[in-house]
Amino acid sequence: MAAKDDPKLVLYSYWQSSCSWRVRLALNLKGISYEYKAVNLLKGEQFTPEFEKLNPLHFVPVLVDGDVVISDSYAILMYLEEKYPQRPLLPSNPQHKALNLQVASIVSSSIQPLHMLSTLKYLEEKVGPQEQLLFAETNVEKGFHALEKLLKDIVGKYATGDEVHMADVFMAPQIAMATKRFKIDMSKFPSLSRIYESLKALPEFLESSPEEQPDAVM
Amino acid sequence: MAQQQNKLKLYSYWRSSCSCRIRMALNLKSLEYQYIPVNLLKGEQFSPEFQKLNPIGYVPVLVDGDVVISDSFAIFMYLEEKYPQIPLFPSDIAKKALNIQAANIVCSSIQPLQNATVLKYIEAKVGPDERIPWAKFHIEKGFEALEKLLKDRAGRYATGDEVSMADVFLAPQLHYGTKRFNVDMAKFPLLTRLNGAYSELSEFRKAMPENQPDAPLA
Repeated sequence: MAAKDDPKLVLYSYWQSSCSWRVRLALNLKGISYEYKAVNLLKGEQFTPEFEKLNPLHFVPVLVDGDVVISDSYAILMYLEEKYPQRPLLPSNPQHKALNLQVASIVSSSIQPLHMLSTLKYLEEKVGPQEQLLFAETNVEKGFHALEKLLKDIVGKYATGDEVHMADVFMAPQIAMATKRFKIDMSKFPSLSRIYESLKALPEFLESSPEEQPDAVM
Repeated sequence: MAQQQNKLKLYSYWRSSCSCRIRMALNLKSLEYQYIPVNLLKGEQFSPEFQKLNPIGYVPVLVDGDVVISDSFAIFMYLEEKYPQIPLFPSDIAKKALNIQAANIVCSSIQPLQNATVLKYIEAKVGPDERIPWAKFHIEKGFEALEKLLKDRAGRYATGDEVSMADVFLAPQLHYGTKRFNVDMAKFPLLTRLNGAYSELSEFRKAMPENQPDAPLA
């Protein structure tokens, strides 16, 4: 990521974390440069004392902006929206703004937590590897059905019209994960498929992709 | 500064902690509203009328004139913007982010992992004896996170001496968590103290499940 000047933002991220991906995408869309600091979740770097000081929950992403330290992708994105209002990710119309926040919530509360590694690991201990995969797939599909219903009358080139907004920022990594990790049949979700095709064409999306990150292991 | 012109309508289920959040927010902001019960056990969320309001069938849903908003996070943000007279966010941007992060621990890390649907699944796949341990595990994990996050930042309430978003999202979870799943609250001195503070607020008490029009008679 070419910086025009010394980036003052620091983003703690893991290449495969879809929550980190949301923030990387938003930073790219807003044209904000940042320093990337990798946290290797597989090696347990989220449990080091240094990282624990930044985020006692041991999650990525974490954003550091001068004195301000923020964890949780939703909190980070709302902070960025307020502090760096260029290229807004929330429409000003209250109904559309609320819809974007609702989509973000569906992804961050109803889908992602039910397939994140820590949940699946715990579930695998209880029900076995096949069953935990089925659990993940079922919940992704349930969430996608909900999003499809919600967006089908509003979708344009992107989720809520013809500009990229918060809904897209949350959905893009989620759909990517669904197709690559869970082999979800996207033909069942025509609106989501259409949105994803549009987003995949954006350089900001490509640059924020896991494979393009400094800590990617190919 | 918007005066309340239309009567707000809130579609809610007495026991839904997500609905409870908004009931609290409305009470704190002194906003009158018409309570419209949606009996989730009887499947009223699938009625054609409710599907028109929210095709996903979740409560709460807020109707404010022409505007229809679903999802407690989206509704909360809408209320904050439209009715700013009793703000539920601190003005400091970093503290605001802290509130969103705390709210999201509840929304994304606790509630979705112990809601009725997931518990039913666990009961079916693992057994009825696993229900409570599963819920207890995830609630306690989230409570540990909140205890760590807030311990140096709490005042009288979660993030200071004024009631704010974190409290609105935390209170229903504390109410729900402590009563049903054998959560060992002795491990969480800050949350226990906050719970005590919440029980003294009439706005919170009035929002509690047992005080709703659709709560079954004791």
